[in-house]
This record gives sequence, structure tokens and C-alpha cells, in this order.
Amino acid sequence: MIREMLLVLPVLVPLAAAILSVPGSLVLQRRAAMVGLTGHLVASMLLLAVAARGEVFAVQLAAWPAPFGITFVADTFSGLLLASMSLITWLVLLHSTASIPERLQRLTFFPLAMVLLAGVSGALLTGDLFNLYVWFEVLLMASFILLTLGAERPQLEGGLKYVALNLIASAFFLTGVGLLYGSTGTLNLADLSRRTSELPLSFPRIAAVLFLLLSFGIKAAVFPLFGWLPASYHTPPAAIAALFSALLTKVGVYSMIRVGTLLLPQPPEALTNALLGVAGLTMVTGVLGAVAQTEMKRLLSFHIVSQIGYLVLGFALYSVAGLTGAIYFFVHVSVAKAVLFLVAGELERQYRTTDLTELGGSYRTSPTLAAACFVGAMGLAGLPPLSGFFAKLQLVVATLEREAFFSLVAALLVSMLTLFSMCKIWAEAFWKAPTSARVAAEDWPPAMRFATVGLALLTLLLGTFAEPLMTLAQQAAEQLLDRQAYLQAVLGGP
Amino acid sequence: MRSLILLTASRLLFPLLLLFSVFLLLRGHNAPGGGFVGGLVAAAALALHALAHGISATRSVVAVAPLNFVALGLGCALGSGLVGWFWQQPYLTGLWTSLPLLGKVGTPLLFDLGVYLLVIGMVAHVLFLLWEE
Amino acid sequence: MQAFLAITIGCLYAGAFYLMLRRSIVKLLLGLGLLGHAANLLIFATSGLVRFAPIMTEPGAATPPRVADPVPQALILTAIVISFGVLAFSVVLIKLTAAAARTDDVDSLRTSEM
Repeated sequence: MIREMLLVLPVLVPLAAAILSVPGSLVLQRRAAMVGLTGHLVASMLLLAVAARGEVFAVQLAAWPAPFGITFVADTFSGLLLASMSLITWLVLLHSTASIPERLQRLTFFPLAMVLLAGVSGALLTGDLFNLYVWFEVLLMASFILLTLGAERPQLEGGLKYVALNLIASAFFLTGVGLLYGSTGTLNLADLSRRTSELPLSFPRIAAVLFLLLSFGIKAAVFPLFGWLPASYHTPPAAIAALFSALLTKVGVYSMIRVGTLLLPQPPEALTNALLGVAGLTMVTGVLGAVAQTEMKRLLSFHIVSQIGYLVLGFALYSVAGLTGAIYFFVHVSVAKAVLFLVAGELERQYRTTDLTELGGSYRTSPTLAAACFVGAMGLAGLPPLSGFFAKLQLVVATLEREAFFSLVAALLVSMLTLFSMCKIWAEAFWKAPTSARVAAEDWPPAMRFATVGLALLTLLLGTFAEPLMTLAQQAAEQLLDRQAYLQAVLGGP
Repeated sequence: MRSLILLTASRLLFPLLLLFSVFLLLRGHNAPGGGFVGGLVAAAALALHALAHGISATRSVVAVAPLNFVALGLGCALGSGLVGWFWQQPYLTGLWTSLPLLGKVGTPLLFDLGVYLLVIGMVAHVLFLLWEE
Repeated sequence: MQAFLAITIGCLYAGAFYLMLRRSIVKLLLGLGLLGHAANLLIFATSGLVRFAPIMTEPGAATPPRVADPVPQALILTAIVISFGVLAFSVVLIKLTAAAARTDDVDSLRTSEM
């Protein structure tokens, strides 16, 4: 019973916090958000604690038996992602209480962030394809408004592209759902998995899976569908960008992995090769775009695309080693990217700009910020003993296992370019002589300091204590490829 | 541009439409109808009222900010799912009971009521925003 | 009937993509609306296009031998409700964008990419 409650609490708690505080004052909304987030964190940690023992557990909502009702299900993969996203959201929202102007906070920022978190939790926990679509729409709707909060011109223009591309992705998702329902008669993911392994391969089912992958690809911003991301992610305040980079594209890749492993137990060679190509091109084009940028938030947006490539690479390898790497990478990249966006937020507060050519000398004025930025940047680039090193090492080992040498070269080359680009950020913003004066007189607000330093320390911890997390990631990867525990938890029986 | 015909008609139709929306809400469990359609009809009644009397008059009829309806409706719908927990049932399980005077009531009705309020609030919110531009 | 529906769905998809490839923001929005309709109609077509008894009958009555599939209709209703909300947001968004940029041309919306 407790487990069944645990499965819905990550959705209910943030929604309740949003509902109860919407009519209230800003102070109430802020407090409700922090309380709701703490509740969400506790619930998802407990969920992870149960899932970490290797159990897959499910609840049939409204007590309808499995293929007919909506199932919520948690395994190690979803538990791990949920817990890490919850922790990052907690810290980023703490940061935003100080970094986002009060004028914007009043536009129901905190309730919207709660709805976003509820949507993400629902998408991670649901075991039903159509329900996944619904949660995607919930989180998209909240993200549309968060992205255009304040309605500045660049936000509106970037937002239009973001909205248009994501609506196209949603329509493709629906198309895939329709074709899949028409050809199999079910939308429960576990039931779909069981039936697709019995039925012969048919054209509508291939088309359906391709439509679904296309839709997740747009949402995850893979090559060549990533154009909306660098056009929009840098326009809202840095804390919102940090939230998006930790939650949104990651849910896209999560769905790709979840649906992909369940619906394609033995994927055709052509598909995995295509995915490997997409992964490599995503990495390379993303990092090349980043190298050309001098605006810090835009540069980081391109890096989001590049890092998505590593996640897709782990999926495309379709092996325990590859998925282990991808899952570890999920946690690592969400944390490291959030550190860098929060550093950008503090620089923006100090200088009213994040253009690297205008920044400089912050090493002397803000040494803690410089240290946090250094840890986050080197973590992202993958220097030992930080988290990125182990994530990339695992992926490299997995590519060697499959003898995917082009992907190996791409991964290593992109790693090098990432290091170059990260050095550029640190050298330009912190090391070179100051070019423009600091505008903000006040000190770094404690909430922002705590969040940024906390996330930087987390990057360090993920690296130094990589072993337990890697074990969990491997367990999650084994569950994903084996599928039996998942099917049994949802459908019952052998 | 006040139209006498519209004013008179809306005075008659407004309560009638609201009543009809409640009727749709209540019959919706096993027959065509339900919270969503009922809410839309009620919102259409509000739109008619706004056409006839002007948007500020409609705002004073609604009395509270429409966003509160959305919050209340969502609260009802989510809360209706919690009831099952007290009987060791999964979230959202439908539970029914008979009450004197009211007849058969249950959590699906509460859920529908939530949807009803949510749709009214949502449509009214959009309506007011676009109308006042 | 099936051929008719198939052609309609195809026309809807084609029209949607045609509109979305135009340079006007308003046409982009209309295209997105059409795309949603196309997907909904596709889901409707999966219900089999046959007339059978409804799955819910009077309490106590015997269940008819073949019943119509209610799931696609529930799915479509959900999708329509969602696209209704999203479309309302998009209308406001393009209104604000067009007012801020003083243009209806998608290609000139590049300030966020400079």
C-alpha cells in the first residue's frame, strides 16, 4: 500500500503545492513551492530506495486491471532519474527565489515550476503510452509559459519556434499512438512489449515506432531536429534555462530509451546504425555550434545538444554497458549543466550580460564562483576525478565492445572540443583582465550561493563516489534490456 | 452596441444554460454528458452574458478570479482520487455510497465536478484575457 | 468509407505541412491546428469504422456479442481538450510576437539567434 502511494506522490505533491498556492501571495507561493519540492524529494528518494533493491513495482490506477487502465510503474531507471531531477530542481528553485526578478516571480512562476515538475514525474512513472503523451503536454504547457515569462521580444521569438516544433512533435506522437493502437489494440507499454514480440513485424508498427522515435527526437533535440533549442533556451533567466536543461530534453531521451527498449527487443541493425549516426552528428554539430558562440547562455544551450548525443549513443549501442553509461551520464550531465547555468545567472546579475567578450576578471572578485564554474566546466568536459570522466569512460568502453569506431572517434573528439569550449568560458569570464565594470553592488545572495556551490559539490561527489551510482546504473540497464521484471510487475503472471 | 434583443434573450437564457450545464454534469456518468461538456456549456453561458452586458458585468457575475476556479477544480479532481486510500484501494478508485436526499454519490462525481469547475475557470480566463485586449 | 477517410487524413496532413512551410505566423498556427486534426482522425480510423453496440448497456442486460471500441474516442477527446488549451496559448503567443516584432514573416524573427 505504501509503495502504491509512493508511486503517485511525486505527481500529486507538486500539483497540490501549485493548486493551494495559486490564489495566495508571492511569499505563500514561494514557501509552498519549497515545501512541495521537499515532499517531492522525500517521496522520490524513498522510491529510489525501494527500486535500488532491484524491485520493479507498479500500481493500477482506479484498480482497473493492467492493459485496460493506467499503470504507474517504477524501476531503477525511472527512480534514479526522478530522484536526481528532484534534487536538482530543489536547488535550482532555491536559486531562483533570489535570481529571478520579483516582477517575473509574480507571474505565477512557482506554481508553474511545480506543474512542470509534476508533468516530468508523471512522464517518468507512467506505464501507458497515451498517458505519456498527456504528461508531455502538461510539462510542455508549463514550459511554454515559463520560457516566455516576461514576454521580452527574443523570448517571444524563441518561444514561437519552441512551441511550433514541440506541437509538431506532439502531433507525430499522436500519429504513432494511433498507428500502434490500430495494429496491436493496446497502449499499455508492458502489454505492447509482450504483443509485439508475438506478432509478426508489420508496416504500420514500423511506421508507428519511427513516428514515436521522431517525436522523442524532436523533444530531445537530436540532429537534425535541434534547431529550436539554441534559439530559445538562452532567452529566459538563467535559473529557468537550468531547470529546462535538467528536465525537458532529458525526458525526451528517457522516453526514447523506455519505449525503444520495450518495443524493440531486437532492433534491426539498420535502425541502431542510424541511431549511432544521429548520436555522432548530434554530438559534433552541437559542440561545433558551441565553439562558435561567445554568449555564455547560448554556448551552454549548444552544449545541451552535444551532450544529448552521448545519451543517444548509449541507447543506440543497445547493450548493458552502453545503457549503463547513458544512465550515469543522465545524472552527471543534469548536475554539471545546472552548475554552469547557475554560474551564468550570477554573472548576469553582476554584469547585466553573459557575453563572454564583455566579462572578465571575476576570478579576483568572486573566487567561490570561479571555483564552482571550474568544477562544473571540467566535470562537463570529463576530467578525472569528476563525474564526466566516469560517464564518458563507460560509454567509450561500450563503443569499443560493439566496435563502433566512428562513434568512438566522435565521442573523444567532441570531448576535446568540449574541454576547449569550457576553458574558453573560464578564461574569458574569470581569468582575463576585466573589460567592463560590475554593475551589481550587493554580494552574492545566500540562496544563489548555496545552490551553485551545492551543485558543484554534487559534481565532485558523483565523481569521487562513482562506484555506487555506477552499480545502480548497471542494475537499471540490465532491467531495461531484460524487461521480464517490468512486464511481470505491470501485467502479473510469469 | 447594446442590442435589446440580445439583452432580453440573455436574461432568459443565462440561468437556463447554467441549469442545463448542471444537468449535463449530473447525468454524465453513464449517459452522454459529463463535467467537460457541462463546463463548456456554462462557459458558453458566460460568453453570451459578456456579449450582451459587456465583459465587466460578467466579471462581477463571476465574482472571483477564474484562476481560482481552475485551482479549486483541479483540487477536487485530485482530491477525489485520495479517498480510495482510506479503503486501501489504489489512487483514483471509484467509490460509491447512497446518501439521503442526494441518492447515489461517489468519487467519480467529485472528479467530474472538478473537471466542470476547471473547464469553466479555464475558458473564462481565456475569454476575459482575450476580450479585454 | 475507409478510402474516403484515408484520403481525408492524407489531405489534412498535406494541408498542414503546406501551411506550416509558408512564411506567415498565422498560417503556421493554422497548420499546427490542422496537424492535430489529422492525427485525431487517424486515431478515429483505428476504431475500425464499424457499427456495433455500445460497451455500456443497462444494468442487468446481456452484453452484446460485439461491441464498439470506446478507447479511440476517449483518446481523441483527451487530445482535443489538450490541443484546445495549447491553441489558446499559441494564439496569445503569436499575437504578442507579431506586436513586438511588427511583422507576420517567420523568417524575420531572428533576434533570438543573433
